[in-house]
Amino acid sequence: MNRTITVTVNGKTSTHEVEPRLLLVHFLRDSGLTGTHVGCETSLCGACTVEVNGKAVKSCTMFVVQADGADILTVEGLCGSDGKLHPMQEAFWNEHGLQCGFCTPGMIMVSKQIVERNPNPTDEEIREGLDGNLCRCTGYQHIVNAVRTAAKAGA
Amino acid sequence: MATTVTKIDKLVGKRVRRKEDPRLITGTATYVDDIVIPAMNHAAVVRSPHGAAKIKSIDISKAAELPGVVAVFVGADVLGVGTVPCGADLPGLRRPVHHILAQDRVYFVGHPVAVVVASNRYIAADGADLVEVEYEPLQAVTDVEKALADGAPAVHPEWPDNKAFTFSQTGGEPDKAFAEADVVLKQRIISQRLVPNPMETRGVVAEWRQAERALTIYTSTQVPHLARTILAGMLGLEEHRMRVVAPEVGGGFGCKLNIYAEEALMGFIAMRTGRPVKWIESRRENFLTTIHGRGHVDYYEIAAKRDGTILGLRLKIIQDIGAYHQLLTPAIPTLSVLMMPGLYNFRNIQADIVGTFTNCVPTDAYRGAGRPEATYGIERMVDILAAELKMDPAEIRLKNFVSKDQFPFPTATGLNYDSGDYHATLNKALTEIGYSDLREKQAEARAQGKLMGIGISTYGEICAFGPSPATPAGGWESATVKVEPSGKVTVLTGSSPHGQGEETTYAQIAADELGVPLDDIVVLHGDTSIVQYGIGTFGSRNTAVGGSALYYALQDIKEKMKKFGATLLDCDEVEFENGKCRDTKSGKEVSVGEIAGASYRAMKLPPGTDPGLVATKFWEPPNFTYPFGAHIIVSEIDRETGHINILRYVAVDDIGNILNPLLVDGQLHGGAAQGLGQALWEQAVYDDNGQLVTGEFMDYAMPRARSMPWIESSHTCTPSPVNPLGVKGVGEAGTIGSTPAMVNSVIDALSPLGVRHVDMPLTPEKIWKIVAEAGA
Repeated sequence: MNRTITVTVNGKTSTHEVEPRLLLVHFLRDSGLTGTHVGCETSLCGACTVEVNGKAVKSCTMFVVQADGADILTVEGLCGSDGKLHPMQEAFWNEHGLQCGFCTPGMIMVSKQIVERNPNPTDEEIREGLDGNLCRCTGYQHIVNAVRTAAKAGA
Repeated sequence: MATTVTKIDKLVGKRVRRKEDPRLITGTATYVDDIVIPAMNHAAVVRSPHGAAKIKSIDISKAAELPGVVAVFVGADVLGVGTVPCGADLPGLRRPVHHILAQDRVYFVGHPVAVVVASNRYIAADGADLVEVEYEPLQAVTDVEKALADGAPAVHPEWPDNKAFTFSQTGGEPDKAFAEADVVLKQRIISQRLVPNPMETRGVVAEWRQAERALTIYTSTQVPHLARTILAGMLGLEEHRMRVVAPEVGGGFGCKLNIYAEEALMGFIAMRTGRPVKWIESRRENFLTTIHGRGHVDYYEIAAKRDGTILGLRLKIIQDIGAYHQLLTPAIPTLSVLMMPGLYNFRNIQADIVGTFTNCVPTDAYRGAGRPEATYGIERMVDILAAELKMDPAEIRLKNFVSKDQFPFPTATGLNYDSGDYHATLNKALTEIGYSDLREKQAEARAQGKLMGIGISTYGEICAFGPSPATPAGGWESATVKVEPSGKVTVLTGSSPHGQGEETTYAQIAADELGVPLDDIVVLHGDTSIVQYGIGTFGSRNTAVGGSALYYALQDIKEKMKKFGATLLDCDEVEFENGKCRDTKSGKEVSVGEIAGASYRAMKLPPGTDPGLVATKFWEPPNFTYPFGAHIIVSEIDRETGHINILRYVAVDDIGNILNPLLVDGQLHGGAAQGLGQALWEQAVYDDNGQLVTGEFMDYAMPRARSMPWIESSHTCTPSPVNPLGVKGVGEAGTIGSTPAMVNSVIDALSPLGVRHVDMPLTPEKIWKIVAEAGA
């Protein structure tokens, strides 16, 4: 009872036969895009955050069949074709916005979305935007610094 | 050859961004779950739904018949595998036999009962659902004090009193101190069970190569070498044919300083099936089966003179062990005893520990491991004493601190504090926060009916674990420095960083010592087939012990380079500076690259010198280190909701020399978040049947971005004399300092209502009830 889906992931369109129960995050990871992590399987930690049609989505609680026809962006798709880091990646690096790195791809994806929705966020607005993503290492302060810095740089 | 020496800027002490980060921010790092091996199967573990039960039967037939299921194993299949080890020892310690799969009985919810191996993770999970286990439920006991009561259900039938061990320590003359005291105050203080919750759960991949009798285990661990030694023993393998790899590890916080049943179980499955196998712990499993932290019920008594001089402290710890000992479980509360005097000068202590079995997952090391409990206890008791004597909490601390001319300071518990100036650190924190003005503002706020609190915590901790006689499995660390023929440098460290950033700090140390660029250095760790034996990462030891081993290995390399340099320059004496050997007479120089090339080409060897540029150092620390600090939190309670609003958080930490301030800030912020989590939100709650009620992120309140205050962090610096870098350790400082500051702040806010103590977590519901009942 597999279904046929067509998705565009990081600009590449392809067609797949998938089990209807296959989660989007497992589909992406099985495709070799292991930068998207599974942290809780309950949409509470945000380690699996990706963009689906331009909106941040927790891919651990979405079936890949629900993404049929969608345009998906993962952390691996953020670098330019020349390998240049996205300004948000650069800001996380400069501001030490990560330690173990496990939550980081999700954090960067949601941070990109925060700044896209609000180019000049206050610290409070940044924290509100990050509230669906857990980090156990940083205490968030350097992540807030990273998002603020990236926003100022016009990320 | 140039003839002038140019000073190169040193990297140690600079805010150097991390070498680790490019792979992490691009999603290209390799964690355990990212490892794929051809023909790899997936395992799912069947776990007990009961806190205590007899296993009457297990029917695996439906699971085994499911297409895609490769094998199903139950307890009887793994009797040939060794039991889960406890590496700590205490006199009279009772050691329950801890099989990797339950035998005839289960002891906690989540206890592994069977394992299903299948061609993919979804089918493995389907198979696990089809394993039918018939249980005879028994009465569980999950509360430590209930477990010690007469007639309590026995966790292990052979020990009806549920005592895992008792331990006592006396220092000085506590009875005399208490007899002579003007004031004796008692308080029951709970440090609740916490779930460490690294964002990456545990995970294991195992691969067996029969022809070589070689097993490789990839596991998310803080201690790959110890894991190799122990797992080889459990599986009956030769240690040198076994390889353990800690790949990218997504946080540990102590909970991956352990040897878990599933690590041996995956090795067993790989060997039995002849196929690689992967198991990735779900978050639900992580809550249920990875060790928890804390779990103390403490009874404190403090004795003092009326002028505030503390004379002595008595402490009874009831430690919630859980159902088994994991690697270090019984040792953790003994660390609380060691740190019970805090930063204070009193010499009389009495401590008694009762390790108590419960039908819960075992406790073990979680960030701070025994020291947060001790610090919380003494810092609460000092505040309680100050309130009783109507003294200012800052004043009573300054009065009782060990003074800076007393170091090295031998404590009542047998430690030897290395260096410090506790008065300077607290005074700096008081200045930073504007303490005297703040007390005036508080008086005004109280006059307006506001519940505003100022909480002080001054902590000391025991770090850089540690001298080997005092550290299970050894407390040294190892480093190898290889200057390759091109002059590029490879560092192999026996420590196993997993987020702390030592690929960067170690490179900073090596760059400064060798005078080569940061990019010319690569730091490797975590793979027992690449790195010489090491101990691992825990107890804020990486930089202090592993970094010191590296420092000494670098000195050996430099000495050898000087010999080659002198030979190349055809002179008797050279200086080594800024990556060059220089003839002190002629001023001629050769670079690290030239020396390295010559050392491997070996056309002309210096007298008594072997070819190559490799040095290995195993370094044994002569003592622990003792970082300390002062944290002050200003808070205000919303009377309507019980919500605690943190207005300011000032932290002054003395961690000795600082190698990378950017990384130190990160460690302190993250540590503080976990400490505030304990103070305000987090708690592992078991019901009387043994069910973990807070078993998901939905029910277990983790600190989130919006709940964290801005932390104003600064430092004083008393270098440690224990190691050549003068560092003390920073991994656990924030966790230890933050919790008592937060609670003391809230109790201070509530003190006009007559409140003396409230147990954590200080949830809005709990605070609202207190305010409402006070009718204020």
